[in-house]
Amino acid sequence: MVNYVIRRLLLVPLILFGVTVLIFGMLQFLTPVERSALYVRDIPKNERALEGVIKQYGLDQPIPVQYWKWLVGTRDPHTGEIRGGILRGDFGYSRTASEPVADLIKRRFPATLELALWAVLPVVSGGVILGVIAAVNHNKPIDHIARIFAIVGWSFPDFVFGLLVLMFFYADLKWLPPGRVSDWANQVIMSPEFHNYTKLITLDALLNLRLDIFWDAVRHLILPVVTLSYLWWALQMRVTRSSMLETLRQDYITTARSKGLAEKVVIMRHALPNALMPVVTLGGSTVVGLLGGVVIVETVFDYHGMGLAFAAAAVQLDVITVLAFTLLNSLIMVVAYVIVDVLYAYIDPRVRLD
Amino acid sequence: MAKNNTQQEELLGRKPPGWLERQLGTEAYRALRGMATNPISVIGTLLLAIFLFVAIAAPVLAPPAHTNDPYQIPRDGYGQVPKPPGTEWRTRQPPLPFWWKAVTGKDNWIHIMGTASGQWDIYYGVVWGTRTALRVGLVITIITAIVGIIVGSVSAYYGGTVDIVLMRIVEVFIAFPFLPAAMTLSAVLTPIIGRGLFPPMIAIIVFGWTGVARLLRSDVLSVREREYVLAAKVIGVSDARIMFRHILPNAIFPTLVWASMRIGSLVITFAALSFLGIGAEVGYADWGQLLSFARDWMTQLGEYWYIVTFPGTILVLFVLAWNLVGDALRDVLDPRLQGSR
Repeated sequence: MVNYVIRRLLLVPLILFGVTVLIFGMLQFLTPVERSALYVRDIPKNERALEGVIKQYGLDQPIPVQYWKWLVGTRDPHTGEIRGGILRGDFGYSRTASEPVADLIKRRFPATLELALWAVLPVVSGGVILGVIAAVNHNKPIDHIARIFAIVGWSFPDFVFGLLVLMFFYADLKWLPPGRVSDWANQVIMSPEFHNYTKLITLDALLNLRLDIFWDAVRHLILPVVTLSYLWWALQMRVTRSSMLETLRQDYITTARSKGLAEKVVIMRHALPNALMPVVTLGGSTVVGLLGGVVIVETVFDYHGMGLAFAAAAVQLDVITVLAFTLLNSLIMVVAYVIVDVLYAYIDPRVRLD
Repeated sequence: MAKNNTQQEELLGRKPPGWLERQLGTEAYRALRGMATNPISVIGTLLLAIFLFVAIAAPVLAPPAHTNDPYQIPRDGYGQVPKPPGTEWRTRQPPLPFWWKAVTGKDNWIHIMGTASGQWDIYYGVVWGTRTALRVGLVITIITAIVGIIVGSVSAYYGGTVDIVLMRIVEVFIAFPFLPAAMTLSAVLTPIIGRGLFPPMIAIIVFGWTGVARLLRSDVLSVREREYVLAAKVIGVSDARIMFRHILPNAIFPTLVWASMRIGSLVITFAALSFLGIGAEVGYADWGQLLSFARDWMTQLGEYWYIVTFPGTILVLFVLAWNLVGDALRDVLDPRLQGSR
């Protein structure tokens, strides 16, 4: 097991190197002038000054040199401070947000984290529970309903679903509004009496003992979280169901039943742990889905997080900002894949002993 | 001998093979029969047939106003406020379809599904958008499948260093979450090749082939170990011939099923990009682009429901049709699943 994990971890730097090369490659589609936004806030209008910036930050140098400078940054000869360098967390200046990309990410990250955290539990548990119920009631009406839900849900694009729920629950019924919090709640949050410990509004509201703010934030979160989760219920339900059906046909299940064990014990203790293994492998694609889903959901519900900033930058072709977000996304992905692999090795002895 | 077989089958209560089964072979015949008797696949196929009909009959269902550029949605003025279904055309009315008078008895063309902000006709966009969806879905799926098949089979057949290098490249590509990555590459490519269908299509292809490559690789790996491949090698058959004549035909079925199930999600991704404003230019007949008009009226969707409901329903049905067919195809072709339904 330790061996396996070490081998897996050794691959990480290699993949990260590949990721940076690919992103740097996409940067090369930009002109040197556009790329100078990596280092300076305002791209100079006059040609001489522009020449100077390009020279100074080596944007006309061979590609390997540029790649290195992109990684570690370059020293400003006049002030001596280092500019740029993605390894230092400096991604350049965002044209669309008119601030350094790093600041934009820092400002928008908590909102997206809050959305994702609220979505994780329903995403992970909902589908598995449905799948087990469907498999146990194989070929009964509840199984058919679950299967229809799985295939229709999987065919429902999240932005269409989001627009439809917004239409019913906000425009028609006025129950659940878009945005992150209401205006009055926002004023309270901005006021000095309210302490922003974590910047996650639901958590901060509880820590400040403001249940009204908490409830307001939750009301704004319900639709985005449902829109973000239902797709994964459909997928996980499908995988759990078929894997559970396969497991239930195994000999050891028959043995357990013939020993006279209660059906509940057979399902929960004997079948489920084995049936869940394929579901764990979905972990990676679930994270892929969440990172993409966040962009859609935040756009539909006007929820001011990273996804919305990313979409706005992409529409306005602000490639510097977009690529910084992409880099962050792939970092999250690589970590997620490692976690899934290790988890899989942990629960499946066949991988561990390999 | 043949007579003997028939007798045996009669004893077992089986019918002798019919004409179609003899033509197709038992395997393919069983797959076809499975498809034809499965209600899920029948519904899916029917839906696909309807979409195909709409795509082919588009010029009859919604005659274009600009004959040289039929994908341009005609607009009825420039007003910002959407108009509900049934409103009459006021300005620059496109030619009336011949069946309109026969069906409704009216002389003037109406906005069957209303207009979006900017007075784009939703019905026209939905009808011609079917062509866009089919074209985009098939082109992207076919190209990603080809790239994936080449990479996957080369990787599995040669193994060793080639395999290691190719699989590391695949891992780099899957470290990019699909939708954001496709958005990124479209944003990079748009200034270079111009706004339109191509940047998002290329972007989806670049980040979309890895699944096929991995799937086919594992299937080729198992087929490669069979005796008949070894036999072919021993008698000196060339690499290419072994690959294309002996291995691929036996390993490709799961990939084809996967591709048919993939069309739906690729169309969703493309529509999502259009919805976000990356992709087809405003006014191009594309469902995602039509849906993006709803973003101007987020808080009043109750009043302007038709902007979301019509293109949204059509998009869902289109994806559903492909998924139903793919699902049924998988059930029929995967022997492990037989008996579990």
